[in-house]
Amino acid sequence: MNKIKNIIICGTGGQGILMASEVLCSAAWRSGFDVKKSEVHGMAQRGGSVSSHVRFGNKVNSVLVEKGAADVVLALEKMEALRWASYLSAEGKLITCDLVIEPMTVNTGSAVYPDVEKIIEDMAIPNLMIPVMDIAKELGNLRVVNIILLGAASKHLPEILEKNWFEAIEERVPPKALEVNLKAFRKGRDL
Amino acid sequence: MRKKLNEVDSGKLFLSGNEAIARGAWEHGVHFSSSYPGTPSTEIMETIGEEYPEIDAQWAPNEKVGMEVIAGASFGGARVLSTMKHVGLNVAADPFFTLSYIGATGGIVIVSADDPGVHSSQNEQDNRLMGRAAKVVILEPSDSQEAKDFTGIAYEISEMFDTPVMLRVTTRICHSKSIVEVGPRVEIPVKGYTKDIAKRVPIPANARKMHARIVARLKALEEWGYDSPLNRIEMGDKSIGIITSGISYQYVKEVHPEVSVLKLGMTNPLPWKLIKEFIDQVDDVMFVEEGEPYLEERIRSRFLIDGTGSELMSVEGELNPELVRKGIKNGESLPLTFEEVALPGRPPTLCAGCPHRGAFHILSKMKASSTGDIGCYTLGLMPPYNALETVVCMGAAIGVLAGIEKAVGREKMPKLVSAIGESTFVHSGITGLIDMVYNGNTGTVMIMDNSLTAMTGGQENPTTGKNLRGEPAPALDLEKLVLACGVKHLRVVDPHDLPEMKRAFQEEFDRDELSVIITKRPCIMQYKPKRKTVAVHHPDKCVHCKLCVKLGCPAISWDDEKKIPVINEMLCWPNCNLCVQVCPKDALSKDLEGVV
Repeated sequence: MNKIKNIIICGTGGQGILMASEVLCSAAWRSGFDVKKSEVHGMAQRGGSVSSHVRFGNKVNSVLVEKGAADVVLALEKMEALRWASYLSAEGKLITCDLVIEPMTVNTGSAVYPDVEKIIEDMAIPNLMIPVMDIAKELGNLRVVNIILLGAASKHLPEILEKNWFEAIEERVPPKALEVNLKAFRKGRDL
Repeated sequence: MRKKLNEVDSGKLFLSGNEAIARGAWEHGVHFSSSYPGTPSTEIMETIGEEYPEIDAQWAPNEKVGMEVIAGASFGGARVLSTMKHVGLNVAADPFFTLSYIGATGGIVIVSADDPGVHSSQNEQDNRLMGRAAKVVILEPSDSQEAKDFTGIAYEISEMFDTPVMLRVTTRICHSKSIVEVGPRVEIPVKGYTKDIAKRVPIPANARKMHARIVARLKALEEWGYDSPLNRIEMGDKSIGIITSGISYQYVKEVHPEVSVLKLGMTNPLPWKLIKEFIDQVDDVMFVEEGEPYLEERIRSRFLIDGTGSELMSVEGELNPELVRKGIKNGESLPLTFEEVALPGRPPTLCAGCPHRGAFHILSKMKASSTGDIGCYTLGLMPPYNALETVVCMGAAIGVLAGIEKAVGREKMPKLVSAIGESTFVHSGITGLIDMVYNGNTGTVMIMDNSLTAMTGGQENPTTGKNLRGEPAPALDLEKLVLACGVKHLRVVDPHDLPEMKRAFQEEFDRDELSVIITKRPCIMQYKPKRKTVAVHHPDKCVHCKLCVKLGCPAISWDDEKKIPVINEMLCWPNCNLCVQVCPKDALSKDLEGVV
């Protein structure tokens, strides 16, 4: 694979974005690729917008995905999907979900939460909108939203072998939560 | 169970730049480390604490003390490390500049983690300028492998040339991960302390000799840098030659792999001979660097050459591949398939359950406000509170309050308090309080004690009763400390007891003497509750007043159709009952049933 794969995982602080990108990186590395990722810690994690850039291929230099180059934008929150959509390449796919976390600007009435589905449709962004809360409730754990979505994204990253995904999850998830996370990933992957 | 990393002797690991620096210190026999947390440097010390028990590591009350303690440990012959964010080096600048004169008995590496783009800081200063002013060696790694390797080389340089070495990294080095080849730890004996007054006491007669030694040291290092593996020429298309360092090198290789590059791993002193050779081989020179035009100004003035860089790639903010693509060869950015969409911002907020919310909510209700400081509570500036009006640097909340009073008089600012966290107070607020007592100020200082250095991710500090490794340590008694400064009026308040919080502010606003309020309630990161009580809304009792929404709690949003608040069960925090307290009609209560 000569072309480098570019993925952005985004959402809000505390949603498990860094965990999801760790699993992705580990899976890509296990599949034999050079991998880099970048994210920002500190104040940004107090409920603000959070993103993780992941790049893998034969040899990776930049830790940042360039605007217009992303193969997948994986958004754990619906409006954040739009914030990063301009990073998608012409062949890219926006994978997001029905989860809404209203920012303080909306809570306090100084802004209005946009009609995300309509904007996505108007802009004709190739997308996969996942009813992730229903799936998470069915699994009995609201904390696996990140892994369900990662499972959905995995279908669009065929370079990574299936067994490497599962190994990466086993490596990163504490034993207690492993079973539900494996199930969540499978659910997402089978969508 | 995952092995601790000190049990891994070889192979490859996927490490952040910070983890790689910790690894490099461990492999190269570092004995001792003392630092104060600060984004983006914090995880270096955390990694040492968690993975590398062979290094004796501790949190210092501030960066200056951290640097003084490692100076002493170096005098004792230990290999030492101190890590800090860029502005932390300002705090430590006094020992830093003179330590350069004194030199290194045991190797000294100081990590300056700069934050271009101001992700989590108050400025974006470029500490290569600080390193050069202090006449120390500066190394700039460009990925995690180099972060580890350069750490090792830094110790060799430090001991070979008797100098502190600054490892200058940036957010995208610290917080990006890449694959790193690792090795075993090499134990180095501690050399021990030897009396050497001429070396370590910079009275003028000695200091002049020390300065002469520095000049000779930099000259020798410049020559060493000529064939050091730290600096290298990668010859390609000779029509353009790019001089670069740090993360910027990776962006150049990404978007223009064909051009000629001089990659400088050591950016002070500069290897002039190598630079000259490079310049002579290319038609045009261009500088790609993040931050100040440090290389550009030095190299252009030295050789009186033309060259472009800073005017194409701004000195403001971070570099990225797009800016480099546009800057080199008049390139264009990648075509965008989907335009950017204007969206509501999502600024950081105080967490649901955050103890600071109670205090800022009351200040805001009382139309009162604060001079601010550095920590999560800086977010008191945000709506709906708008209750924090100034920030200068660590500790400044108190000095600034004192100064405003001196300028306009207490009567013009009766409802202004200073808001400072307990860790920041210990860091450098205490001296401000001493000043207020000494110079007759009458205002109110609020110390927001959440028993944790929170914004950097939750570190112990001298007040928490634990050390860096989580072992029991003596806890500094803030109340006794405040009283010892000469403060006559001190009270401790639970900031989530809203009536009491309000009474405290009111009484202290009315008082004509200096007072201190300690708001005491632990950060939510401090405990993991067993029972997940959550607030429940009873629509039948709701009068749609929105007072709960005005708390600015991320767990409470407003359903505009039904005109009722919606509680996010995932975010709602047990042991917090602010919304229950502000609701005038008991429409909010705590549910003792668990949620999934």
